[in-house]
Amino acid sequence: MNDQRKRVGLFVPCYINDFYPHAALATLEILEAHGYEVEYPESQRCCGQPFLNNGLIEEGREFAGHFADTFERYDYIVAPSSSCIGTAKYRYEGVLDPRRHRALAPKLYELCEFLHDVVGVENLKFDHPFPHRVGLHNSCHALRELELASPSELMIPHYSKIERVLSRVEGIEIVRPSRDECCGFGGTFSVQESAVSAMMGRDRIADHRGNGVEIMAGVDLSCLMHMEGLAKRDGTPMRFLHVAQILAGRTDFE
Amino acid sequence: MIDHARNAAEFLNDPERAHWHDRALWFVREKRDKAARSVPEWEELRKSAEALKAHTLEHLGYYLQRFEERAKANGIEVLWAEDAAEFRRLVAEILQQHDATKVVKSKSMLTEECELNPHLESQRIEVTDTDLGERIVQLAGDRPSHIVLPAIHMKKEDVARVFAEHLHTDPDNPDPHYLTRAAREHLRQKFLEADAAITGVNFALAEEGAFVVCTNEGNADLGTALPDLHIACMGLEKVIPSAKELGIFTRLLARSATGQAITTYTSHFRRPKPGGRLVVVLVDNGRSRLLAEEHKKLLSCIRCGACMNTCPVYRRSGGHSYGTVVPGPIGSALAGARDPERFASLPFACTLCGSCDQVCPVRIDLHRQLYSERREVVRVPEYRGKVRGLKTAAFLLRHPRLYAAMMGLGRVLLPRIPRRLLYNRFNLWGREREMPMPAEKSFNQIYRERKR
Repeated sequence: MNDQRKRVGLFVPCYINDFYPHAALATLEILEAHGYEVEYPESQRCCGQPFLNNGLIEEGREFAGHFADTFERYDYIVAPSSSCIGTAKYRYEGVLDPRRHRALAPKLYELCEFLHDVVGVENLKFDHPFPHRVGLHNSCHALRELELASPSELMIPHYSKIERVLSRVEGIEIVRPSRDECCGFGGTFSVQESAVSAMMGRDRIADHRGNGVEIMAGVDLSCLMHMEGLAKRDGTPMRFLHVAQILAGRTDFE
Repeated sequence: MIDHARNAAEFLNDPERAHWHDRALWFVREKRDKAARSVPEWEELRKSAEALKAHTLEHLGYYLQRFEERAKANGIEVLWAEDAAEFRRLVAEILQQHDATKVVKSKSMLTEECELNPHLESQRIEVTDTDLGERIVQLAGDRPSHIVLPAIHMKKEDVARVFAEHLHTDPDNPDPHYLTRAAREHLRQKFLEADAAITGVNFALAEEGAFVVCTNEGNADLGTALPDLHIACMGLEKVIPSAKELGIFTRLLARSATGQAITTYTSHFRRPKPGGRLVVVLVDNGRSRLLAEEHKKLLSCIRCGACMNTCPVYRRSGGHSYGTVVPGPIGSALAGARDPERFASLPFACTLCGSCDQVCPVRIDLHRQLYSERREVVRVPEYRGKVRGLKTAAFLLRHPRLYAAMMGLGRVLLPRIPRRLLYNRFNLWGREREMPMPAEKSFNQIYRERKR
């Protein structure tokens, strides 16, 4: 742990800032508890994902540029979101100056990825037991883009950085769903293709319910927000938590 | 413009059928997983296939000429068709030279793409699709909804009704064994009567001047066994260097498609039968245009259908919702590349989950293709509203104070707005879900207070 002097820039996705601030606070607390000096640059804006994913390159370029302006001075950039990190890592290609992008990309980490790869699993210490069955939602960007776990499609040995990090929490029982399939959020897909999106989300919830799970956790609150909305509409008893909330013991917030 | 979202919503009007469709195709995906797992070098095999396809496409001109040369030396006639119309005309002419009025055809997505059947029928040539799934769809007056499982949108009860009408079976007996036997009797007669056979081509072997047709039902073999005339239709991209490389593809194809180790019949055609005529028609129909663009990789597709089986959107919207001959991820990517205006909704019929890329036996970067096609398709007039909405969001996000003020207002108003007003018909999110409520304090506020 000799690199704790390095500066960590905390990126907080826009919707987390307003709807799920405790996930961001939990992220900050975990990083600090492991000895890192964390800064949250308040000038930060959206990473540009909604624009890039909808083919609006000009807007994408603008937000990518701002992201780089804000964060390139840090040694690490950590966010409680795999889709925003995935955007900056892989989708800035062609919209951000290649040299800047090459310098930025290796510094980007989703929280669990940072804890696993940089802090090291053996050095992780979480003080809040969580004696519950937790269904892990494998978000696509975490699974197939950032490669935080092995997706079922690939014939490679099983691994999951998220599970390894989460397993350090005392008492937790991690439950895998039968399919590691997309929840159907997909950004604007959730409104443009709302019927398919809703069925996909309900199927994920039913999968976890079938395992006797009443708490779902993941590293992308956008997926969880979508499924939370469906569960609430249907009156399905299911709680949704960002992994950071469990790690930091901030699970009492609605 | 094809409206995938609307078509999908229609498909989902019957949730029970939609769930059945999802489960049936996921079952095939799981069979694929099991078969792939049985090959220790699976991921290496995919990489080899990817590299081989890239190499062949890079030197496509050379390999096609080599194939033509070698095939001709074997006594195979080779014809070239620039587009669908020329292809249809060529096939019809050959058939007319032989006074053929009854044709049996094994599966060929190319002939679907070029609408060969209706053209031949207009020339009073009867075409019988001999693949069981395709025959079911043909009798039903329907279109295939999947490239490997053409009738996957139909349940066995539906098939029983179609067969009862055309093959005089018992409409109340949906036993697959019974129905298959009836189809077999019916198709045997067609095979016996046929004047000519049409097949597709899975792989053309440049060095050998031969080609390979893969089926599970042996219908290509039965069809070509009796008539003297065999017309094989292939897209330009089907050529591979030689028989040496074939094993890589045959090992991947059936495992990816259905979870079988190999297709039941992998038939090699190398020369016409004695006294017979064997014609290969090479069709471009827009393929060479894709070759010159960033979409080149799409031409690597070996039509296994794995991307459809794994696609969570395809499984829940059905093949017909795409309005294309080839549906699902590869179909969307091809359609978006070829006709971005008409098929503008297809690159958006995707959550960018990336599952398709990872099952693809030739490692086409399907979700990246769909992602980049969005730049083009978002310009259609139908998406003006969507673009306006996103531009408004961009405006707010680049003015953090204004954004924070709006969220502050939302914090006060949202919990107080009457439910009926909040969940109005313009609230697309709220159609199926509850809205998240802003937290009491934003992280910005919490962070500032914490620092103090």
